Amino acid sequence: MSEPPMVSFENVTKRYGSLTVLDGLNLTISRGEKVAIIGPSGSGKTTVLRMLMTLETIDGGVIRVEGEPLTHTERQGRLVPANLAHIRKVRAKIGMVFQSFNLFPHMTALHNCMEAPVKVLGLSRAEAEARAADLLEMVGLSNRRDYYPSQLSGGQQQRVAIARALAMRPRVMLFDEVTSALDPELVGEVLQVIRKLGEEHDLTMLMVTHQMGFAREFADRVCFFYEGRICEEGEPKAFFQNPQNERSRQFLRAVLEAG
Amino acid sequence: MGLRALAVLLTLTLATILYLSRLEDFRIFVPGLAQGALMTLRITAAAAVLAVLAAITAGLLKLYGPAPLRWLAVAYIEVFRGTSALVQLFWLYFVLPGFGITIEAYTAAVIGIGLNIGAYGAEVVRGAVVSVARGQWEATVALNMTRAQALRRIILPQAFAAMIPPWGNLLIELLKTTALVSMITLGDLAFRAQQMNQTTMKTAQIFTLVLLVYLAMSLTVTLGMRLLERRAARGILHARAA
Ligand SMILES: Nc1ncnc2c1ncn2[C@@H]1O[C@H](COP(=O)(O)OP(=O)(O)OP(=O)(O)O)[C@@H](O)[C@H]1O
Ligand SMILES: [Mg+2]
Repeated sequence: MSEPPMVSFENVTKRYGSLTVLDGLNLTISRGEKVAIIGPSGSGKTTVLRMLMTLETIDGGVIRVEGEPLTHTERQGRLVPANLAHIRKVRAKIGMVFQSFNLFPHMTALHNCMEAPVKVLGLSRAEAEARAADLLEMVGLSNRRDYYPSQLSGGQQQRVAIARALAMRPRVMLFDEVTSALDPELVGEVLQVIRKLGEEHDLTMLMVTHQMGFAREFADRVCFFYEGRICEEGEPKAFFQNPQNERSRQFLRAVLEAG
Repeated sequence: MGLRALAVLLTLTLATILYLSRLEDFRIFVPGLAQGALMTLRITAAAAVLAVLAAITAGLLKLYGPAPLRWLAVAYIEVFRGTSALVQLFWLYFVLPGFGITIEAYTAAVIGIGLNIGAYGAEVVRGAVVSVARGQWEATVALNMTRAQALRRIILPQAFAAMIPPWGNLLIELLKTTALVSMITLGDLAFRAQQMNQTTMKTAQIFTLVLLVYLAMSLTVTLGMRLLERRAARGILHARAA
Protein backbone atom coordinates (compact mmCIF):
# COMPACT_ATOMS: atom_id res chain seq x y z
CA MET A 1 0.00 0.00 0.00
CA SER A 2 1.37 3.42 -0.89
CA GLU A 3 1.49 6.08 1.77
CA PRO A 4 -1.80 7.91 2.28
CA PRO A 5 -2.06 11.57 1.24
CA MET A 6 -1.23 14.13 3.91
CA VAL A 7 -4.71 15.59 3.81
CA SER A 8 -7.81 14.55 1.95
CA PHE A 9 -11.26 16.08 1.85
CA GLU A 10 -13.70 13.42 0.71
CA ASN A 11 -17.08 14.64 -0.43
CA VAL A 12 -17.12 17.26 2.35
CA THR A 13 -20.20 19.39 2.75
CA LYS A 14 -20.66 22.44 4.92
CA ARG A 15 -23.88 24.33 5.50
CA TYR A 16 -24.80 27.40 7.47
CA GLY A 17 -28.53 27.05 7.92
CA SER A 18 -29.97 26.69 4.46
CA LEU A 19 -26.84 28.06 2.82
CA THR A 20 -24.56 25.35 1.42
CA VAL A 21 -21.09 26.80 1.63
CA LEU A 22 -19.14 23.77 0.45
CA ASP A 23 -20.78 21.24 -1.77
CA GLY A 24 -19.19 17.81 -1.87
CA LEU A 25 -15.62 19.03 -1.80
CA ASN A 26 -12.91 16.60 -2.92
CA LEU A 27 -9.34 17.69 -2.44
CA THR A 28 -6.22 15.61 -1.93
CA ILE A 29 -2.94 17.09 -0.80
CA SER A 30 0.28 15.12 -0.70
CA ARG A 31 3.00 15.43 1.84
CA GLY A 32 5.12 18.53 1.41
CA GLU A 33 2.84 19.99 -1.20
CA LYS A 34 2.27 23.76 -1.21
CA VAL A 35 -1.26 24.57 -2.26
CA ALA A 36 -2.60 28.05 -2.90
CA ILE A 37 -6.34 28.52 -2.55
CA ILE A 38 -7.77 31.44 -4.44
CA GLY A 39 -11.20 32.60 -5.43
CA PRO A 40 -13.73 35.37 -4.97
CA SER A 41 -15.03 36.50 -1.59
CA GLY A 42 -17.50 34.08 -0.03
CA SER A 43 -16.44 31.13 -2.16
CA GLY A 44 -15.59 29.03 0.90
CA LYS A 45 -11.79 29.34 1.09
CA THR A 46 -11.61 30.20 4.77
CA THR A 47 -14.18 27.54 5.57
CA VAL A 48 -11.92 24.85 4.08
CA LEU A 49 -9.05 25.79 6.37
CA ARG A 50 -11.26 26.21 9.40
CA MET A 51 -12.77 22.76 8.95
CA LEU A 52 -9.32 21.24 8.76
CA MET A 53 -8.36 23.08 11.95
CA THR A 54 -11.63 21.78 13.54
CA LEU A 55 -12.83 25.33 14.09
CA GLU A 56 -15.92 24.39 12.07
CA THR A 57 -17.87 21.17 12.10
CA ILE A 58 -18.62 19.42 8.85
CA ASP A 59 -22.08 18.38 7.72
CA GLY A 60 -21.13 15.56 5.38
CA GLY A 61 -18.17 13.57 4.10
CA VAL A 62 -14.90 13.06 5.89
CA ILE A 63 -11.54 14.79 6.24
CA ARG A 64 -8.50 12.57 6.61
CA VAL A 65 -5.03 13.45 7.83
CA GLU A 66 -2.47 10.86 6.80
CA GLY A 67 -5.34 8.51 6.17
CA GLU A 68 -6.85 8.95 9.62
CA PRO A 69 -10.30 10.54 9.84
CA LEU A 70 -10.07 13.90 11.63
CA THR A 71 -13.42 14.07 13.40
CA HIS A 72 -14.50 10.47 12.95
CA THR A 73 -13.32 7.05 13.98
CA GLU A 74 -13.83 3.87 12.06
CA ARG A 75 -15.89 1.28 13.89
CA GLN A 76 -16.77 -1.95 12.11
CA GLY A 77 -16.10 -0.30 8.80
CA ARG A 78 -18.36 2.63 9.56
CA LEU A 79 -17.44 6.21 10.39
CA VAL A 80 -18.79 7.49 13.67
CA PRO A 81 -18.10 10.86 15.34
CA ALA A 82 -14.86 10.73 17.28
CA ASN A 83 -14.27 11.82 20.85
CA LEU A 84 -12.17 14.82 21.77
CA ALA A 85 -9.09 12.76 22.56
CA HIS A 86 -9.06 11.38 19.02
CA ILE A 87 -9.64 14.81 17.49
CA ARG A 88 -6.82 16.31 19.51
CA LYS A 89 -4.46 13.53 18.50
CA VAL A 90 -5.08 14.11 14.80
CA ARG A 91 -5.32 17.88 15.14
CA ALA A 92 -1.83 17.94 16.63
CA LYS A 93 -0.52 17.59 13.08
CA ILE A 94 -2.16 20.82 11.95
CA GLY A 95 -1.15 24.41 12.67
CA MET A 96 -2.79 27.62 11.59
CA VAL A 97 -1.92 31.28 11.13
CA PHE A 98 -4.78 33.76 11.14
CA GLN A 99 -5.44 36.94 9.26
CA SER A 100 -5.75 38.84 12.54
CA PHE A 101 -2.70 37.19 14.21
CA ASN A 102 -4.59 36.28 17.42
CA LEU A 103 -1.48 36.51 19.56
CA PHE A 104 -2.02 36.31 23.31
CA PRO A 105 -1.85 39.97 24.33
CA HIS A 106 -0.83 39.26 27.93
CA MET A 107 2.28 37.29 26.96
CA THR A 108 5.58 38.31 25.42
CA ALA A 109 6.57 37.04 21.99
CA LEU A 110 8.68 34.35 23.63
CA HIS A 111 5.91 33.24 25.99
CA ASN A 112 3.40 33.17 23.15
CA CYS A 113 5.66 30.59 21.54
CA MET A 114 6.28 28.63 24.75
CA GLU A 115 2.79 28.34 26.16
CA ALA A 116 1.42 25.44 24.15
CA PRO A 117 4.66 23.47 23.87
CA VAL A 118 4.86 23.47 27.68
CA LYS A 119 1.18 22.87 28.42
CA VAL A 120 0.19 20.67 25.52
CA LEU A 121 3.37 18.86 24.48
CA GLY A 122 4.74 18.69 28.00
CA LEU A 123 8.12 20.19 27.17
CA SER A 124 10.19 21.53 30.05
CA ARG A 125 10.40 25.30 30.18
CA ALA A 126 14.05 25.16 29.15
CA GLU A 127 13.29 22.99 26.13
CA ALA A 128 10.35 25.15 25.14
CA GLU A 129 12.38 28.30 25.51
CA ALA A 130 15.18 26.94 23.35
CA ARG A 131 12.68 25.93 20.69
CA ALA A 132 10.87 29.29 20.83
CA ALA A 133 14.13 31.22 20.67
CA ASP A 134 15.22 29.25 17.59
CA LEU A 135 11.94 29.94 15.85
CA LEU A 136 11.95 33.62 16.72
CA GLU A 137 15.41 33.78 15.23
CA MET A 138 14.16 32.02 12.12
CA VAL A 139 11.48 34.70 11.67
CA GLY A 140 14.03 37.43 12.37
CA LEU A 141 12.73 38.54 15.75
CA SER A 142 15.39 37.43 18.22
CA ASN A 143 15.70 40.99 19.46
CA ARG A 144 11.96 41.26 20.11
CA ARG A 145 11.43 38.14 22.16
CA ASP A 146 10.53 40.02 25.33
CA TYR A 147 8.13 42.42 23.64
CA TYR A 148 4.38 42.20 24.09
CA PRO A 149 2.23 41.99 20.94
CA SER A 150 1.04 45.58 21.42
CA GLN A 151 4.64 46.70 21.16
CA LEU A 152 5.17 45.01 17.79
CA SER A 153 4.24 46.05 14.27
CA GLY A 154 1.65 44.03 12.38
CA GLY A 155 4.30 42.31 10.32
CA GLN A 156 6.26 41.42 13.44
CA GLN A 157 3.13 40.13 15.17
CA GLN A 158 2.35 37.90 12.22
CA ARG A 159 5.88 36.53 12.22
CA VAL A 160 5.55 35.72 15.93
CA ALA A 161 2.25 33.99 15.13
CA ILE A 162 4.03 31.86 12.53
CA ALA A 163 6.76 30.98 15.02
CA ARG A 164 4.13 30.13 17.63
CA ALA A 165 2.36 27.75 15.28
CA LEU A 166 5.65 26.12 14.22
CA ALA A 167 6.64 25.57 17.84
CA MET A 168 4.04 22.79 17.93
CA ARG A 169 5.88 21.06 15.07
CA PRO A 170 2.84 20.63 12.82
CA ARG A 171 3.03 18.61 9.62
CA VAL A 172 0.54 20.86 7.86
CA MET A 173 0.45 24.64 8.10
CA LEU A 174 -2.64 26.63 7.20
CA PHE A 175 -2.41 30.30 6.28
CA ASP A 176 -5.59 32.31 5.88
CA GLU A 177 -4.85 35.60 4.14
CA VAL A 178 -2.06 36.20 6.59
CA THR A 179 -0.96 39.43 4.93
CA SER A 180 -4.39 41.00 4.40
CA ALA A 181 -4.41 42.93 7.65
CA LEU A 182 -0.95 44.37 7.07
CA ASP A 183 0.20 47.70 5.71
CA PRO A 184 1.62 47.15 2.21
CA GLU A 185 5.20 47.78 3.25
CA LEU A 186 4.99 44.98 5.85
CA VAL A 187 3.67 42.30 3.52
CA GLY A 188 7.10 41.47 2.15
CA GLU A 189 8.69 40.49 5.46
CA VAL A 190 5.93 37.98 6.18
CA LEU A 191 6.00 36.47 2.69
CA GLN A 192 9.77 36.18 3.07
CA VAL A 193 9.28 34.00 6.15
CA ILE A 194 6.73 31.85 4.36
CA ARG A 195 9.13 31.41 1.45
CA LYS A 196 11.77 30.22 3.87
CA LEU A 197 9.30 27.72 5.30
CA GLY A 198 8.55 26.53 1.81
CA GLU A 199 12.08 25.23 1.54
CA GLU A 200 11.22 22.57 4.07
CA HIS A 201 10.28 19.67 1.89
CA ASP A 202 8.30 17.83 4.51
CA LEU A 203 6.04 20.67 5.56
CA THR A 204 2.69 20.70 3.81
CA MET A 205 1.24 24.16 3.32
CA LEU A 206 -2.22 25.36 2.44
CA MET A 207 -2.66 29.02 1.95
CA VAL A 208 -5.59 31.18 1.12
CA THR A 209 -4.25 34.28 -0.56
CA HIS A 210 -5.15 37.23 -2.72
CA GLN A 211 -1.49 37.69 -3.55
CA MET A 212 -1.52 36.21 -7.07
CA GLY A 213 2.14 36.92 -7.71
CA PHE A 214 3.11 35.05 -4.60
CA ALA A 215 0.78 32.13 -5.31
CA ARG A 216 2.25 31.75 -8.75
CA GLU A 217 5.84 31.79 -7.63
CA PHE A 218 5.42 29.79 -4.44
CA ALA A 219 2.73 27.16 -4.86
CA ASP A 220 2.99 23.71 -6.41
CA ARG A 221 -0.70 23.84 -7.16
CA VAL A 222 -3.44 26.43 -7.34
CA CYS A 223 -7.06 25.66 -6.48
CA PHE A 224 -9.60 28.13 -7.71
CA PHE A 225 -12.78 28.11 -5.59
CA TYR A 226 -16.09 29.32 -6.83
CA GLU A 227 -19.35 29.03 -4.90
CA GLY A 228 -18.15 26.23 -2.70
CA ARG A 229 -16.54 24.08 -5.36
CA ILE A 230 -13.12 23.78 -6.86
CA CYS A 231 -13.76 25.18 -10.28
CA GLU A 232 -10.30 24.72 -11.65
CA GLU A 233 -6.99 23.53 -10.29
CA GLY A 234 -3.58 23.01 -11.63
CA GLU A 235 0.04 23.92 -11.77
CA PRO A 236 0.37 27.70 -11.18
CA LYS A 237 2.16 28.59 -14.38
CA ALA A 238 -0.42 26.93 -16.56
CA PHE A 239 -3.30 28.20 -14.49
CA PHE A 240 -2.27 31.83 -14.53
CA GLN A 241 -1.13 31.85 -18.16
CA ASN A 242 -3.95 29.92 -19.62
CA PRO A 243 -6.94 29.40 -17.35
CA GLN A 244 -9.41 26.96 -18.84
CA ASN A 245 -12.56 27.86 -17.02
CA GLU A 246 -14.63 30.94 -17.80
CA ARG A 247 -14.97 31.76 -14.07
CA SER A 248 -11.23 31.59 -13.52
CA ARG A 249 -10.64 33.86 -16.48
CA GLN A 250 -13.16 36.36 -15.15
CA PHE A 251 -11.64 36.25 -11.70
CA LEU A 252 -8.08 36.73 -12.91
CA ARG A 253 -9.14 39.56 -15.15
CA ALA A 254 -10.87 41.28 -12.23
CA VAL A 255 -7.84 40.79 -9.97
CA LEU A 256 -5.52 42.15 -12.65
CA GLU A 257 -7.67 45.21 -13.15
CA ALA A 258 -7.78 45.88 -9.41
CA GLY A 259 -3.96 45.81 -9.56
CA MET B 1 -11.01 60.24 39.78
CA GLY B 2 -7.27 59.98 39.55
CA LEU B 3 -5.18 57.86 41.87
CA ARG B 4 -3.62 60.90 43.47
CA ALA B 5 -6.96 62.58 44.13
CA LEU B 6 -8.20 59.37 45.73
CA ALA B 7 -5.15 59.13 47.95
CA VAL B 8 -5.54 62.76 49.03
CA LEU B 9 -9.21 62.25 49.83
CA LEU B 10 -8.47 59.12 51.84
CA THR B 11 -5.73 60.90 53.80
CA LEU B 12 -8.05 63.82 54.52
CA THR B 13 -10.78 61.47 55.69
CA LEU B 14 -8.43 59.56 57.98
CA ALA B 15 -6.99 62.79 59.34
CA THR B 16 -10.47 64.09 60.10
CA ILE B 17 -11.39 60.87 61.88
CA LEU B 18 -8.21 61.08 63.91
CA TYR B 19 -8.81 64.73 64.76
CA LEU B 20 -12.45 64.23 65.77
CA SER B 21 -11.72 61.16 67.84
CA ARG B 22 -9.52 63.26 70.11
CA LEU B 23 -12.22 65.82 70.83
CA GLU B 24 -14.05 65.64 74.16
CA ASP B 25 -17.45 65.23 72.52
CA PHE B 26 -16.40 62.29 70.34
CA ARG B 27 -13.87 60.46 72.42
CA ILE B 28 -16.30 58.32 74.40
CA PHE B 29 -17.67 56.75 71.22
CA VAL B 30 -14.34 55.67 69.83
CA PRO B 31 -13.89 52.27 71.54
CA GLY B 32 -17.42 51.12 70.71
CA LEU B 33 -17.28 52.31 67.12
CA ALA B 34 -13.83 50.79 66.67
CA GLN B 35 -15.23 47.42 67.74
CA GLY B 36 -18.09 47.84 65.32
CA ALA B 37 -15.76 48.86 62.51
CA LEU B 38 -13.68 45.76 63.14
CA MET B 39 -16.76 43.56 62.83
CA THR B 40 -17.74 45.35 59.60
CA LEU B 41 -14.26 44.78 58.21
CA ARG B 42 -14.25 41.11 59.16
CA ILE B 43 -17.60 40.49 57.50
CA THR B 44 -16.61 42.52 54.45
CA ALA B 45 -13.35 40.65 53.94
CA ALA B 46 -14.81 37.18 54.43
CA ALA B 47 -17.90 37.92 52.32
CA ALA B 48 -15.73 39.41 49.56
CA VAL B 49 -13.68 36.22 49.32
CA LEU B 50 -16.85 34.14 49.19
CA ALA B 51 -18.41 36.50 46.63
CA VAL B 52 -15.44 36.24 44.29
CA LEU B 53 -15.33 32.44 44.53
CA ALA B 54 -19.10 32.12 44.06
CA ALA B 55 -19.03 34.55 41.14
CA ILE B 56 -16.26 32.75 39.27
CA THR B 57 -17.85 29.36 39.87
CA ALA B 58 -21.38 30.39 38.92
CA GLY B 59 -20.26 32.60 36.02
CA LEU B 60 -18.18 29.83 34.45
CA LEU B 61 -20.75 27.12 35.13
CA LYS B 62 -23.44 29.22 33.50
CA LEU B 63 -21.21 29.52 30.44
CA TYR B 64 -19.56 26.13 30.19
CA GLY B 65 -21.07 23.82 32.80
CA PRO B 66 -22.88 20.58 31.95
CA ALA B 67 -26.67 20.96 31.91
CA PRO B 68 -27.64 20.28 35.55
CA LEU B 69 -24.82 22.41 36.97
CA ARG B 70 -25.59 25.14 34.49
CA TRP B 71 -29.20 25.26 35.67
CA LEU B 72 -28.07 25.31 39.26
CA ALA B 73 -25.84 28.30 38.51
CA VAL B 74 -28.67 30.12 36.76
CA ALA B 75 -31.03 29.39 39.66
CA TYR B 76 -28.49 30.66 42.19
CA ILE B 77 -27.88 33.86 40.25
CA GLU B 78 -31.57 34.61 39.76
CA VAL B 79 -32.61 33.81 43.34
CA PHE B 80 -29.92 35.90 44.96
CA ARG B 81 -30.25 38.81 42.54
CA GLY B 82 -34.00 38.73 42.53
CA THR B 83 -34.59 38.96 46.27
CA SER B 84 -33.35 41.48 48.77
CA ALA B 85 -30.22 40.90 50.82
CA LEU B 86 -32.12 41.65 54.01
CA VAL B 87 -34.66 38.93 53.29
CA GLN B 88 -31.85 36.51 52.52
CA LEU B 89 -30.16 37.27 55.83
CA PHE B 90 -33.40 36.82 57.74
CA TRP B 91 -34.05 33.59 55.96
CA LEU B 92 -30.60 32.18 56.68
CA TYR B 93 -30.65 33.22 60.32
CA PHE B 94 -34.28 32.82 61.39
CA VAL B 95 -35.88 30.39 58.92
CA LEU B 96 -33.13 27.86 58.34
CA PRO B 97 -33.16 26.71 61.98
CA GLY B 98 -36.73 25.56 61.32
CA PHE B 99 -35.23 23.00 58.94
CA GLY B 100 -32.83 21.87 61.64
CA ILE B 101 -29.89 23.91 60.37
CA THR B 102 -28.71 26.50 62.82
CA ILE B 103 -25.84 28.79 61.94
CA GLU B 104 -24.19 31.55 63.87
CA ALA B 105 -25.12 35.12 63.06
CA TYR B 106 -21.62 35.87 61.79
CA THR B 107 -21.64 32.86 59.49
CA ALA B 108 -25.11 33.73 58.23
CA ALA B 109 -23.94 37.27 57.53
CA VAL B 110 -20.88 36.15 55.55
CA ILE B 111 -22.82 33.55 53.57
CA GLY B 112 -25.81 35.81 52.91
CA ILE B 113 -23.87 38.85 51.81
CA GLY B 114 -21.17 36.86 50.01
CA LEU B 115 -23.68 34.92 47.98
CA ASN B 116 -25.78 38.00 47.29
CA ILE B 117 -22.88 39.98 45.84
CA GLY B 118 -21.51 36.81 44.23
CA ALA B 119 -24.70 36.52 42.17
CA TYR B 120 -24.10 39.97 40.68
CA GLY B 121 -20.43 39.12 40.32
CA ALA B 122 -21.29 35.97 38.34
CA GLU B 123 -22.76 38.16 35.62
CA VAL B 124 -19.66 40.36 35.70
CA VAL B 125 -17.45 37.28 35.28
CA ARG B 126 -19.61 35.90 32.50
CA GLY B 127 -19.69 39.21 30.65
CA ALA B 128 -15.93 39.65 30.89
CA VAL B 129 -15.21 36.11 29.68
CA VAL B 130 -17.58 36.50 26.75
CA SER B 131 -16.00 39.82 25.84
CA VAL B 132 -12.61 38.21 25.16
CA ALA B 133 -12.12 38.16 21.39
CA ARG B 134 -13.25 34.97 19.67
CA GLY B 135 -9.90 34.79 17.89
CA GLN B 136 -8.24 34.05 21.22
CA TRP B 137 -10.27 30.85 21.57
CA GLU B 138 -9.51 29.93 18.00
CA ALA B 139 -5.80 30.37 18.60
CA THR B 140 -6.00 27.95 21.53
CA VAL B 141 -7.72 25.36 19.34
CA ALA B 142 -5.07 25.80 16.65
CA LEU B 143 -2.45 25.19 19.35
CA ASN B 144 -4.37 22.10 20.46
CA MET B 145 -4.90 23.35 24.00
CA THR B 146 -7.70 21.87 26.09
CA ARG B 147 -10.62 24.05 27.01
CA ALA B 148 -9.52 24.14 30.64
CA GLN B 149 -6.01 25.21 29.63
CA ALA B 150 -7.42 27.85 27.33
CA LEU B 151 -9.68 29.24 30.04
CA ARG B 152 -7.04 29.28 32.74
CA ARG B 153 -4.08 30.53 30.78
CA ILE B 154 -5.53 32.63 27.98
CA ILE B 155 -9.14 33.66 28.47
CA LEU B 156 -9.43 34.34 32.21
CA PRO B 157 -6.28 36.46 32.49
CA GLN B 158 -7.67 38.71 29.76
CA ALA B 159 -11.17 38.70 31.21
CA PHE B 160 -9.68 39.56 34.59
CA ALA B 161 -8.62 43.00 33.40
CA ALA B 162 -12.13 43.76 32.17
CA MET B 163 -13.60 42.60 35.49
CA ILE B 164 -11.71 44.91 37.82
CA PRO B 165 -13.73 48.13 37.48
CA PRO B 166 -17.15 46.45 37.94
CA TRP B 167 -15.76 44.46 40.86
CA GLY B 168 -14.72 47.74 42.46
CA ASN B 169 -18.37 48.80 42.42
CA LEU B 170 -19.55 45.46 43.73
CA LEU B 171 -17.15 45.45 46.66
CA ILE B 172 -18.33 48.90 47.72
CA GLU B 173 -21.87 47.65 47.40
CA LEU B 174 -20.86 44.73 49.59
CA LEU B 175 -19.37 47.00 52.21
CA LYS B 176 -22.56 49.03 52.39
CA THR B 177 -24.73 45.92 52.50
CA THR B 178 -22.96 44.79 55.68
CA ALA B 179 -24.94 47.46 57.53
CA LEU B 180 -27.89 45.06 57.28
CA VAL B 181 -26.28 42.53 59.60
CA SER B 182 -27.34 44.60 62.60
CA MET B 183 -30.79 43.15 61.87
CA ILE B 184 -29.55 39.69 62.73
CA THR B 185 -27.98 40.76 66.04
CA LEU B 186 -24.42 41.37 64.91
CA GLY B 187 -22.51 44.28 66.43
CA ASP B 188 -21.18 45.92 63.31
CA LEU B 189 -20.47 49.62 62.87
CA ALA B 190 -24.08 50.55 62.08
CA PHE B 191 -25.36 48.52 65.02
CA ARG B 192 -22.98 50.11 67.53
CA ALA B 193 -23.88 53.53 66.24
CA GLN B 194 -27.58 52.97 66.73
CA GLN B 195 -27.01 51.49 70.15
CA MET B 196 -24.96 54.45 71.38
CA ASN B 197 -27.34 56.85 69.74
CA GLN B 198 -30.20 55.45 71.77
CA THR B 199 -28.36 55.80 75.07
CA THR B 200 -26.65 59.17 74.51
CA MET B 201 -28.72 60.97 71.86
CA LYS B 202 -25.53 62.48 70.42
CA THR B 203 -26.69 61.76 66.90
CA ALA B 204 -24.57 64.36 65.12
CA GLN B 205 -21.29 63.24 66.66
CA ILE B 206 -21.90 59.54 66.30
CA PHE B 207 -23.17 59.52 62.76
CA THR B 208 -20.54 61.97 61.54
CA LEU B 209 -17.85 59.62 62.75
CA VAL B 210 -19.64 56.58 61.31
CA LEU B 211 -20.06 58.28 57.96
CA LEU B 212 -16.38 59.11 57.81
CA VAL B 213 -15.36 55.58 58.77
CA TYR B 214 -17.52 54.05 56.02
CA LEU B 215 -16.10 56.59 53.59
CA ALA B 216 -12.54 55.71 54.58
CA MET B 217 -13.29 52.02 54.02
CA SER B 218 -14.86 52.49 50.62
CA LEU B 219 -12.09 54.84 49.51
CA THR B 220 -9.59 52.17 50.49
CA VAL B 221 -11.45 49.64 48.37
CA THR B 222 -11.58 52.02 45.41
CA LEU B 223 -7.92 52.87 45.75
CA GLY B 224 -6.95 49.21 45.94
CA MET B 225 -8.98 48.37 42.86
CA ARG B 226 -7.46 51.28 40.97
CA LEU B 227 -3.98 50.06 41.74
CA LEU B 228 -4.95 46.59 40.61
CA GLU B 229 -6.45 48.04 37.44
CA ARG B 230 -3.27 49.92 36.70
CA ARG B 231 -1.15 46.83 37.20
CA ALA B 232 -3.45 44.83 34.96
CA ALA B 233 -3.30 47.51 32.28
CA ARG B 234 0.46 47.37 32.39
CA GLY B 235 1.11 43.68 32.77
CA ILE B 236 -1.95 41.79 31.65
CA LEU B 237 -3.84 43.67 29.05
CA HIS B 238 -1.40 44.62 26.37
CA ALA B 239 -4.11 44.53 23.74
CA ARG B 240 -3.72 47.22 21.15
CA ALA B 241 -6.36 49.89 21.52
CA ALA B 242 -6.79 50.26 17.75
N1 LIG C 1 -20.42 31.62 10.88
C1 LIG C 1 -21.08 31.75 9.70
N2 LIG C 1 -22.42 31.81 9.68
C2 LIG C 1 -23.09 31.92 8.53
N3 LIG C 1 -22.50 32.00 7.33
C3 LIG C 1 -21.16 31.96 7.28
C4 LIG C 1 -20.38 31.83 8.46
N4 LIG C 1 -19.08 31.80 8.11
C5 LIG C 1 -19.05 31.91 6.78
N5 LIG C 1 -20.30 32.01 6.26
C6 LIG C 1 -20.64 32.10 4.84
O1 LIG C 1 -20.00 31.04 4.17
C7 LIG C 1 -19.56 31.46 2.89
C8 LIG C 1 -18.10 31.15 2.72
O2 LIG C 1 -17.36 31.91 3.65
P1 LIG C 1 -15.78 31.92 3.69
O3 LIG C 1 -15.39 32.76 4.84
O4 LIG C 1 -15.27 30.54 3.64
O5 LIG C 1 -15.42 32.66 2.33
P2 LIG C 1 -14.00 33.11 1.78
O6 LIG C 1 -13.83 32.44 0.48
O7 LIG C 1 -12.96 32.89 2.78
O8 LIG C 1 -14.23 34.65 1.54
P3 LIG C 1 -13.23 35.90 1.74
O9 LIG C 1 -12.35 35.96 0.53
O10 LIG C 1 -14.14 37.07 1.81
O11 LIG C 1 -12.48 35.66 3.00
C9 LIG C 1 -19.90 32.94 2.78
O12 LIG C 1 -21.09 33.05 2.04
C10 LIG C 1 -20.13 33.36 4.19
O13 LIG C 1 -21.06 34.39 4.26
MG1 LIG D 1 -11.75 34.15 3.99
